[in-house]
Amino acid sequence: MSDISLRGEATEAPVAPSRVRGGGIDWFFVVAVLLVAVTFVRVIYFTPIEATQGPAQKIFYLHLPAALAAFMAFGLVALTSILYLWLKDPKLDLLAESSAEVGVVFTTMVLISGPLWGKPVWGTWWTWDARLTLTLFLWFIYVGYLVLRGAIDDPAMRARYSAVLGILGALLIPFIHLSVYLFRTLHPMPIVLKPSAPSLPKEMLETLALSFGSFTVLFFAFLRARYHLALERAAIEAEERR
Amino acid sequence: MRRTKRISVIAAALILARKDLAIEFRTRTAFFSAVVFALLGIVIFYFAWDPTAVAAIDLAPGVLWVIFTFAGLLGLHRSFGVEIADRAIDGLLGAPVSREAIYLGKALANLVFVGAVEAITIPAVALFYNMPFGGQGFAIAAIALLASIGLVAVGTLFSAMAVNTRLAELLLPMLSLPFFVPVVMPAAQATARLLAGRPVAEVASWLRILIAFDIAFVTACMLAFPFTLEE
Repeated sequence: MSDISLRGEATEAPVAPSRVRGGGIDWFFVVAVLLVAVTFVRVIYFTPIEATQGPAQKIFYLHLPAALAAFMAFGLVALTSILYLWLKDPKLDLLAESSAEVGVVFTTMVLISGPLWGKPVWGTWWTWDARLTLTLFLWFIYVGYLVLRGAIDDPAMRARYSAVLGILGALLIPFIHLSVYLFRTLHPMPIVLKPSAPSLPKEMLETLALSFGSFTVLFFAFLRARYHLALERAAIEAEERR
Repeated sequence: MRRTKRISVIAAALILARKDLAIEFRTRTAFFSAVVFALLGIVIFYFAWDPTAVAAIDLAPGVLWVIFTFAGLLGLHRSFGVEIADRAIDGLLGAPVSREAIYLGKALANLVFVGAVEAITIPAVALFYNMPFGGQGFAIAAIALLASIGLVAVGTLFSAMAVNTRLAELLLPMLSLPFFVPVVMPAAQATARLLAGRPVAEVASWLRILIAFDIAFVTACMLAFPFTLEE
């Protein structure tokens, strides 16, 4: 880690301003939104209503794929953070930033859709179940990550600090999971068993698979759009500093 | 460079810790504010519940650990705060010691700080909440030590990061508190069980989480620390 490389990192834009994509239609994004729309049409009109939970069960087709996307996002933050500290490529830092922000959006989706399902089925908006608590803390960690980024002006320092937090955050997750799990099992709560999906009917399974697929595409569309925004911002920042 | 002999990491860390503690011992500002803050917290928490409805013994462990956490944050903030004045950190970075030694020295000084606050707060809780700490004194001290190591390991690293940002006072608790969950929860749960007269074997799984957290985060934070320093 020499002085020169760090100074270079702080002043050079990761991509020349001319190479940053301008306006125009983001076709990838359009396809992703259309796919999600198709999924929802299928969820609402062509998927049977679950016998005991009623229509509320259909939230699963939003809740589960959003959770999957959030985990992909935070996994990507940890990966790009490690790679950044190793390779010092500012693009990796921008990718981590984009992924964290998209992950927070999906986690928010999970945290909103969960209680909406929980109220009619569990009879309560919120319960300190291990999985719920972990998701809430995930949200706190990565909101903290975004606030930290906003509080540092120097791009190189911002990249190093947030990479450290991105890695430690990933290391923290199993510990929070372990302690909230132990907390719950020592204090059993009157929770209706969370219905997993061991033997879903064929239509439901297909709809679920479709929603996983479309949300994964949506995740990458969000990530791509946010990453382009990050590149443009970095280019402007570098231009101003010149 | 007159002295070419490099001292070992541990020796360097001890010297750095002594420097921080000497500064703290001569001014005593952070220590006294942390202790007074902790005592105030204990008193105010008592009135936040209806003592006829909630027994003090149910309240004490939670109060103890919430107070430690916040009092600890006061000390942690000062840890790298003192290095900002007159850019004292430059002298530290120019010294012929490794970055890991700086981290260890800082963490060690913070551990002594938090430990000293606890040494006053635990008897104070015993006094105000009428707790029979005596019988389980050793076990509770061990829990306090294990938990403090975890708090300090993470807090020292985040203190080094937070001082260089805007919103430093706000950012340190915001970053640290999620990381304190797997420390405060086992510590409070284990303390509560011991106070209720349960055997130490019953809290073994909580202690295992604490020990695992300490090992993982002391290692990870020491490795990450060099990345938080300005070049």
